[in-house]
Amino acid sequence: MISLTPTDLALAAVLVALDAGVSVTLRLQLHRQLLWAAGRMVVQLIAVGFILRFIFTLNNPLATLAIVVVMGAIAGREIAARPARKLRGAAGLAISGATVALATLVTAGLALTTAIRPHPWYDPRYAVSLVGIILGSVLNSGSLTLDGVVGGVWRERSAIEAQLGLGVEFRVATRPLLREAIRRGLLPIINQMSAAGLITLPGIMTGQIIAGMDPVEAVKYQILLMFLLAGASGVAALTIAELALRRLSDARQRLRVDRLT
Amino acid sequence: MGRGECLAISGESGAGKSLFLRMVADLDPNDGEVSLDGVARASLPAHLWRRRAPYVAAESGWWAQQVHDHFAAGQLDRARRLAGQMGVGDAPFDGAVDRLSTGERQRLALVRALILDSPALLLDEPTGPLDPVSASRVEAVLLDRLAGGTVIILVSHDPAQGPRLGARRMRMADRRLAPESGS
Repeated sequence: MISLTPTDLALAAVLVALDAGVSVTLRLQLHRQLLWAAGRMVVQLIAVGFILRFIFTLNNPLATLAIVVVMGAIAGREIAARPARKLRGAAGLAISGATVALATLVTAGLALTTAIRPHPWYDPRYAVSLVGIILGSVLNSGSLTLDGVVGGVWRERSAIEAQLGLGVEFRVATRPLLREAIRRGLLPIINQMSAAGLITLPGIMTGQIIAGMDPVEAVKYQILLMFLLAGASGVAALTIAELALRRLSDARQRLRVDRLT
Repeated sequence: MGRGECLAISGESGAGKSLFLRMVADLDPNDGEVSLDGVARASLPAHLWRRRAPYVAAESGWWAQQVHDHFAAGQLDRARRLAGQMGVGDAPFDGAVDRLSTGERQRLALVRALILDSPALLLDEPTGPLDPVSASRVEAVLLDRLAGGTVIILVSHDPAQGPRLGARRMRMADRRLAPESGS
């Protein structure tokens, strides 16, 4: 495998400087954001690299669990922060946290106990990487679905209440909205799967090929991962839609928009 | 209230009239106890209670694009007849919701509640946006229901509406209901 030196990275960074130059000449006013994002990315990734190296040498289940929990918590916070209107109080965080935990546990657990089966099973090289990839999908589908439910309830509140007032059950009155939100949450993984190999070479596969793996072996890994991501997206979309709708109603099937900011 | 009785509530905007109706319908959190024909509200699932005492808001909400999609197929003929009685013709009935006038929306929203044949009706300004002719057509339909034993609680800004419906009149001020002075 070809190892990269700081000089190699600095050379590639010239491209970012080029982007910034374009922004200045065309007055896009993006150069500051661009440079800030690039700098942030470098610092974040270097820090993660060292943390992962440290965790890998520890090879301790508790340390692995700790880093997985931290990653999940950050994903949960991001999901809860996405919609324009948010669930009031701690409910938003609780709901997105539960969604992340369930979706990640089910899919990563399935992969680690059946297909991948590393020794020991908590080997951070597999567990942390896998959780990282899965969290990306959970973040995507979870935030899109939550935004769909919360935004939809707010937009459709008078239509929902009109039905409730006529004795329609809350479940029934919100079913179209629930469907639409879950559909939105599943679109990214469907796009990802249909584009894989034709429009994009998925990152994991590319990485493994560059690292010297046989392309067909790399493809098998990628297929497994795509299935895991599809499962995680589905569980995340369904769970968060269900929990958010529950939170927006109560035992008397009222529409509780007062629980939104 | 007894069967076939009507209660008309008046009062300034913000006094809590709509909130009162919504609370009776159990659409807003409340501590009250309500019963209808001896059946306590708390003993029924919320949607069954609302089916027996539907609430029609002053601003109607719509959940499909076409007007007739708001009615079950088996009820379309009756809904059309009721709409006709209140002066809404077939053209608006077979059109899109966003082509309706405010008055048509209000009357068609009322039709949605009337076809439930519920023992009670909770109506928030049912004739608010209507011209006097259309309002009296709506009142004729309501009087018909009252004669059939339906209990109606309505919010009204028209002081003459209560007497026309033979209603008991109450006034809401600062979230308290009191009998209308002089009635």
